[in-house]
Amino acid sequence: MPQVTLTVNGKQHTVAVEARTLLVELLREKLGLTGTHVGCDTSQCGACVVHVDGVSAKSCTMLAVQAEGTSVLTIEGLAAADGTLHPMQEMFREHHALQCGFCTPGMVLSAIDLVNSHPQGMTEKEIREGLEGNLCRCTGYHNIVKAIDAAQSLMHAK
Amino acid sequence: MAFEGIGASVRRKEDLRFLSGNGNYTDDINRPGQTYAVMRRADRPHATIKNLDTAAASKAPGVVAIFTGADMAKEEIGGLPCGWQIHNKDGSAMAEPPHPVLALGKVRHVGDPIAVVIAETKQQARDAAELIEIDYQDLPSVSSTVDAIAPGAPEVHDGVAGNLCYDWHIGDKAVVDAVFAGAAHVVRLDLVNNRLVPNAMEPRAAIGEWDTSSGDYTLYTTSQNPHVIRLLMGAFVLHIPENKLRVVAPDVGGGFGSKIYHYAEEAIVTWASAKVRRPIKWTADRTESFMSDAHGRDHVSTAEMAVDKDGKFLGLRIHTLANMGAYLSTFAPAVPTYLYATLLAGVYTTPVIYCEVKAVFTNTVPVDAYRGAGRPEASFLLERLVDCIAHDIGIDRVELRRRNFIPANAFPYQTPVALQYDSGDYQTTLKVALKNADWDGFEARRAEAIKRGKLRGIGISTYLEACGIAPSAVVGSLGARAGLYEVANIRVHPTGSVTVFTGTHSHGQGHETTLAQLVCDQLGVPLSQVDVVHGDTAKIPFGMGTYGSRSLAVGGSAMVKAMDKIIAKGKKIAAHLMEASVEDIEFADNTFKVAGTDKTKSLTDISLAAYVPHNYPIDEIEPGLDETAFYDPKNFTFPGGCHIAEVEIDPETGVTEVINFTAVDDVGRVVNPMIVEGQIQGGVAQGIGQALLEAAIYDKSGQLLSGSMMDYTMPRADNLPNFNVSTENTMCTHNPLGSKGCGEVGAIGSPPAIMNAVIDALKEYGVRHIDMPATGPKLWSIIQAGQTKMAAE
Repeated sequence: MPQVTLTVNGKQHTVAVEARTLLVELLREKLGLTGTHVGCDTSQCGACVVHVDGVSAKSCTMLAVQAEGTSVLTIEGLAAADGTLHPMQEMFREHHALQCGFCTPGMVLSAIDLVNSHPQGMTEKEIREGLEGNLCRCTGYHNIVKAIDAAQSLMHAK
Repeated sequence: MAFEGIGASVRRKEDLRFLSGNGNYTDDINRPGQTYAVMRRADRPHATIKNLDTAAASKAPGVVAIFTGADMAKEEIGGLPCGWQIHNKDGSAMAEPPHPVLALGKVRHVGDPIAVVIAETKQQARDAAELIEIDYQDLPSVSSTVDAIAPGAPEVHDGVAGNLCYDWHIGDKAVVDAVFAGAAHVVRLDLVNNRLVPNAMEPRAAIGEWDTSSGDYTLYTTSQNPHVIRLLMGAFVLHIPENKLRVVAPDVGGGFGSKIYHYAEEAIVTWASAKVRRPIKWTADRTESFMSDAHGRDHVSTAEMAVDKDGKFLGLRIHTLANMGAYLSTFAPAVPTYLYATLLAGVYTTPVIYCEVKAVFTNTVPVDAYRGAGRPEASFLLERLVDCIAHDIGIDRVELRRRNFIPANAFPYQTPVALQYDSGDYQTTLKVALKNADWDGFEARRAEAIKRGKLRGIGISTYLEACGIAPSAVVGSLGARAGLYEVANIRVHPTGSVTVFTGTHSHGQGHETTLAQLVCDQLGVPLSQVDVVHGDTAKIPFGMGTYGSRSLAVGGSAMVKAMDKIIAKGKKIAAHLMEASVEDIEFADNTFKVAGTDKTKSLTDISLAAYVPHNYPIDEIEPGLDETAFYDPKNFTFPGGCHIAEVEIDPETGVTEVINFTAVDDVGRVVNPMIVEGQIQGGVAQGIGQALLEAAIYDKSGQLLSGSMMDYTMPRADNLPNFNVSTENTMCTHNPLGSKGCGEVGAIGSPPAIMNAVIDALKEYGVRHIDMPATGPKLWSIIQAGQTKMAAE
């Protein structure tokens, strides 16, 4: 069985996996990081989004062995060590941008990458287009868009 | 302390765990020694299984066991039960063919489970499932609702002639026909309510576990109603008494109806866990969800309204064909009957109504309640028909609605289709919505859009729904095989904090916050000291779960009743401690007070005395401060309101953009406005999805073409606008909270508003009706045909 060494939320792991194991399976089943979810099998829903070397990636569409040597950030590693929420998490809560919570980890991590890759800021339309890869069935996106808009102000002000 | 009671938009208690990856959904749970199940499912719609060979699969690496329908039949495992029996026009019972847990001899839809493979890993189970050899003899199949009832159609079940599940009606046909015969106008509309796939973001999952020591079973499942699953699966399928069966529905990632029903996989993993003496986990992949979760809608109807010369509605006559799919899902028969035809008065004074419903079996996934369940079908039909009446007889569509509204002073209002509405004010929700949407300014916006080459339209719906289900005696008389009360247990702990055990279930609705706010309000306990527990039959006395927008109206009312008991008992303890008479004790703001004095005891003083009863009226009352109440509602609740959509269609592509969406809803007492607005926004998004994007499509050969998220169009952020959502509330008169429910209004009111707007945008082409979904290609073809016709003229 191949071995993969990667850093997840700042901690290094070396894990034996089947060659066909997906990154999301490694995270959920080998490392017990169940905050990353699987909502579809066709790379449509984005519930599985994590950051790989700082960029959002659908962890259901990446083999675990492709993550060799990378640094992965999952929702569990997003808040500060003292529990202080990331501004995106805080704004999701403030603006009621989650209901059942299932899409939320992927939505939050996608949104952070979206804000990071638009240092000039995004219009509402750009935020909506930027969320193309993430599905939410509960909120109708209205409050997600509001939360991301509020979070981009906080993140860029830093 | 900031205000946290009824009316406060407090931020949700449950969010922290969801935002930090600490939610606990069924697939997140792993039990010691767990194995994995994968279903082998039918890849064809209708066939006899001539031979089923599991020998090679059994020898595959990691396989623990394989079971088939024959294995379950040997142990006299029951079929999946149906929870609602409809009677035909002639009084006979509906056809209720068996629904085997695993197929027995025949498969009847693509996705029908045939065998379960249990292995050490999910991958091994999947590999082995592919090694099962099935020798099929294909049978002719039928998937379309209309084709199912045509003469000579292939029969889905032996002994169910013409695929007819039931032929039901409500109203007096002769009386309605007589009204039609004398009417100035008769307006007719044929329409389809498109079949949908619910697609909660969390796929269904189940873990069965058998305790080798006690012989007790535990099922962890993605359910909206764990007690109902325990009852149905224990009593009808596996014959396990309730005391030996625990059902846990932990965090559940959305339901929208699709997680109400008792599904085969729940029974399979529970039953098989005792066979293999190890826990078994099954998790659907999304494609599997498409072909095994109950679908929604799928009606084909003809609607006719008799109208007088002034536009007053005189009588309504409806014929509906409803698709049940291959088997009867748990509540399927009730959806096109009592959750649909009883809503056909809507907000109007139509004096006589006749509705005839034929339900048919097809070789498709079972169809059951999906957000709104019957009521979206009724509101779509009525609100499209009203626009057609306005179109055909030349009365303004808003004025026509106003003329036919049930007036605000007419409540309680008895409709001709069984329901009695308790409250509402349709003129007000209409008036506010017209103002919020700037209805009067629309023509200027249309003219501006035309300059940009866009077709702009505006549409309205004034709708009503019935929820807060339901009075047990009423639904029992209509064929329900369950009561629909709700249960709350309020436990005041010795130091004054509170745990609420509710029989409702939260899968996104925010009950942990909203229900806690009721405790803040009634007992004066801070939100931080109130916890709401749901979803575990081992912890909660009983419950019927969450669907039909019932949690606050019914479950919240049960809490009010239980807290009334807490206060009544607290008063007796307080009277003893303060040496006063019980009649003189008042309770408010967490404090018991002797009226007219400054003598007080806090709720914590009382709870401490109740659990440490040293100085206590022990001869009169028992220790403890823990009360349970069952609340059976007196009536349904009747939310309603007005939705207005404004759309622009690009004639070059046919694509519709929703520019503005305004909703003004009457949901009764609002506990948390932020959560209510979120519920309405989400419902509207699903309604827009139905109107513009979503359709479950079977081809002629019975294959589900829209069988993945690549083929089925889920609404995305850039398909939707910002929503202008608000409420104008009248109180429910028969429950203690005055709440009506808000979970479904969005999905019920919005599809006709969107379609009325689309049709308004295309009116220059003479378009009178378009069936949903109004996709780009469909509208492009209509626009092309319209332009060609206009050029020819």
